[in-house]
Amino acid sequence: MKPVSKIYTALILIFLFAPIAILLVFSFNSAKSLSVFSHFSLYWYRELFRDSETLGAVRNTLVLAVSAALISTVMGTAAAVGMDKLRSRYLRAVMDSVTNIPMINPDIITGISLMLMFVFVGRIFGAATSLSFWTMLIAHVTFCLPYVILQVLPKLQQMDRSLPEAAMDLGCTPLRAFYKVVIPEILPGVITGLIMAFTLSLDDFVISYFTAGNGFQTLPIRIYNMTKKTVTPKMYALATIIFFVILALLLISNLSDSDGAETIKQAKQKRSKTKEVLST
Amino acid sequence: MKKTVSLLVAAAILCALLLSGCGSSKTLTLNVYNWGEYISDGSEDSFDTIREFETWYEATYGQKLKVNYDTYASNEDMYSKIASGAVSYDVIIPSDYMIARMIAEDMLQPLNFDNIPNYEYIDESFRGLFYDPDDTYTVPYTYGVVGIIYNANTVDAADVGDWDLLWNAKYAGDILQFNNSRDAFATAQYKLGLDVNDTSRASWDAALAELKTQAPLVKSYVMDEIYNMMESGEASIGAYYAGDYFTMLDAQADNVDLQFYYPERTNYFVDAMCIPASAQNKELAEIFINYMLSEEPAIANAEYIYYASPNSLVYESEDYAEELGEEAMEILYPGIDDFSKLFNAYAYRNLDSETLDYVNTLWEELKIG
Amino acid sequence: MRSKNAAAPRSIAQRMALAPYSVWAVLFIVVPLIFIAYYASTDNSFHFTLDNVRRFFTATSTVTDEAGTREVRTYLLIFVRSLKLAVISTVICLIMGYPAAYIISKAPARTQKIMITLIMIPMWMNFLIRTYAWMTILQDTGILNGLLRLIGLGPVHIIGTESAVVVGMVYDYFPYMILPIYSVMAKMDEKLIEAARDLGCNGFGVLRRVIWPLSLPGVFSGITMVLIPSISTFYISQKLGNGKFYLIGDAIEGQYVANNLHFAAAIAFILMVILLICMAFMQRGANRRAAV
Repeated sequence: MKPVSKIYTALILIFLFAPIAILLVFSFNSAKSLSVFSHFSLYWYRELFRDSETLGAVRNTLVLAVSAALISTVMGTAAAVGMDKLRSRYLRAVMDSVTNIPMINPDIITGISLMLMFVFVGRIFGAATSLSFWTMLIAHVTFCLPYVILQVLPKLQQMDRSLPEAAMDLGCTPLRAFYKVVIPEILPGVITGLIMAFTLSLDDFVISYFTAGNGFQTLPIRIYNMTKKTVTPKMYALATIIFFVILALLLISNLSDSDGAETIKQAKQKRSKTKEVLST
Repeated sequence: MKKTVSLLVAAAILCALLLSGCGSSKTLTLNVYNWGEYISDGSEDSFDTIREFETWYEATYGQKLKVNYDTYASNEDMYSKIASGAVSYDVIIPSDYMIARMIAEDMLQPLNFDNIPNYEYIDESFRGLFYDPDDTYTVPYTYGVVGIIYNANTVDAADVGDWDLLWNAKYAGDILQFNNSRDAFATAQYKLGLDVNDTSRASWDAALAELKTQAPLVKSYVMDEIYNMMESGEASIGAYYAGDYFTMLDAQADNVDLQFYYPERTNYFVDAMCIPASAQNKELAEIFINYMLSEEPAIANAEYIYYASPNSLVYESEDYAEELGEEAMEILYPGIDDFSKLFNAYAYRNLDSETLDYVNTLWEELKIG
Repeated sequence: MRSKNAAAPRSIAQRMALAPYSVWAVLFIVVPLIFIAYYASTDNSFHFTLDNVRRFFTATSTVTDEAGTREVRTYLLIFVRSLKLAVISTVICLIMGYPAAYIISKAPARTQKIMITLIMIPMWMNFLIRTYAWMTILQDTGILNGLLRLIGLGPVHIIGTESAVVVGMVYDYFPYMILPIYSVMAKMDEKLIEAARDLGCNGFGVLRRVIWPLSLPGVFSGITMVLIPSISTFYISQKLGNGKFYLIGDAIEGQYVANNLHFAAAIAFILMVILLICMAFMQRGANRRAAV
């Protein structure tokens, strides 16, 4: 990189990580303040691990994000495969527009519209509570789906169309051809979609705020509800821990990076070989 | 990448296991809905009320119990969630005027006081209050008064007094005002000598005019942000609930000297435990309410929340008085005899929906000005 | 013949693959929109009325500022202000993000991966907490002013101003701008740029004639992904705007909390219609440019 680029990138990173540095520093504050630093202490970390309600909220957040990401990835990938093969231009246009809706709609509208529907349906069925973990999960899957589809579709379009057909000509069943040929081709898109869905669900506050039900509050909602009393450095301690967990995950995945790159290279070689074989 | 994904999947399975661990066998559930940070939760070596209740229940009744404890940000937030049927809870802890509204709309159930023997410890002055004149629906949890907090290092002693301090142009840019319509309008109404429960539009218009003259002086409209702003000296004057002053005092910066006083006319509030009409398990809810009134949880909660308690087991306890200190006791308990009189005179009442809508419109007008 | 035989089972499989999503999309994407329209056009007892929609366009307030006292249309003013802040934030995100995306896409593969992860990391930390941290930085007695004092510069007043709200929005939505632009640029064919150079384009010419047009799809999706959430946010304005900025998101949330569900739905519905129209125009513009 050129020096100018380096400086520019550094500035961007400083901007992105300045608040995180603040979180880190104040999580070690001995006082119950987010703006006045007394002296270094691990007090809030100890507090955090005693607070079963907050830990419960963290667990809820993770359960929700993981389930929403997995469901939307499976359903979204299948949908992308189906949409890719749609022959009717009209149908394709309809599917594209519908898929775009949750992305073009502000999250507050997605949240409110789903809440109105759940409440209305709940009332019709005379349910005591119309919102629950399930409604929240539905909402999260709904807004994650388009991101998965938009990650997978381009990979399908880039794929060499003759590959699955060749596999079938060589005697593969369509299902087998799909697993053996299509899945490996689109896997990077699927994984990016999965990670995006997980991230979006983890970070979401607005949609959760409108669709959260009994006994399943996520971390953002818990923090938002601390409006009469104050947010304590305990929350900063939590954020700091999340930061280091992610850092650790990244280190692990980077260490295994080399063999990952190796596999991709091998796959590419294999593919070009297959092509050669097919063309002859 | 693959590793990250497999780690994610592993996390998912782990979480699912943790969850199923909780939901197994025949466990009773009790759904409690309370303000955020409004119960002693085991932090700072305190009493973990919810966990202790679960343990106590299992030891007493021989059955496992799981409390789903959720929080809300404001009375209105709680009301709109319950009114829409989105959620249902067994115990809720709203404030006085909201209780009156919920009773009027048949959203609460009468309590069976046979299951709440500890009700006897509730002080006489907390019976027959306007929101529940026959003591049918509620058991008071905390009460308090709105007062004014200021930084004595930047505010002249001569300027201190009543609500005028919040309108003093000398401290332009150093003043904080409530970021919720009812409390903000009330400061203006108390200042002007208006009735906070008047339904005439002229009265609310006058309060709006007063808030508009204050607006250029206001640094920020705040709720929980007040803690950081007062502690760090970012702002010098603000009105908030009495007990919270002590939380700020504990964390104030070296160059900040926070002081507190009550204006003559101000807001008195009671937050009380109630059972919504949609509750699934009324008897269990009553057992919980009774437990909350027993000595250990009641004292722990009063110490944690730092608001005054109507429970004689609390305010007569010497340990509690010692823990809070003389200054806090004086501010939190400014004379219980006067309370019901002042409360009935100055507390918020339920407003009809037309007035509420009008107030909301005026609030928007203030905010966009 | 064979391919024809294979087509039959494939089309069943294809339908099976698309079926769950189609059902889901109808139930949870399309039907909720009908509900929002339904609530917007009814009163509390679900009788048809357009009062809520009318109220959005006609409600007035008296506002006093430097220009004197005047009557304004409450919600139209709120909408225009939200739009203004959202557009400013989007433009800043684009100006900051575009070069960054370009620099990253030109870096070695390993650096690219690390940079993209670094940009995404803040999103894994809670957005409310991040906003809280910005309060600590931007306060008059905050970290930024502390640093400025150290190097002998006067205090700057940021918190509670438009700038603070914009900083919050730019910060929170910046990754949504950089990621789509980067992913388009990373796929860009290096040969095209070389060809342009060979044909005598200088650095700026290459950027203007080759890179910029090719990156447009990424730019458009970046703009959408920043503009949409920043127009409707209600937390950032409360926290960093010192409660003095009342945006369209605050209005919706305020009406929801006041239990005026039908009016909240009306505001949301109108906002949605306006945005859908804007996006349709933008999409058309983008397609036309792509065609040229």
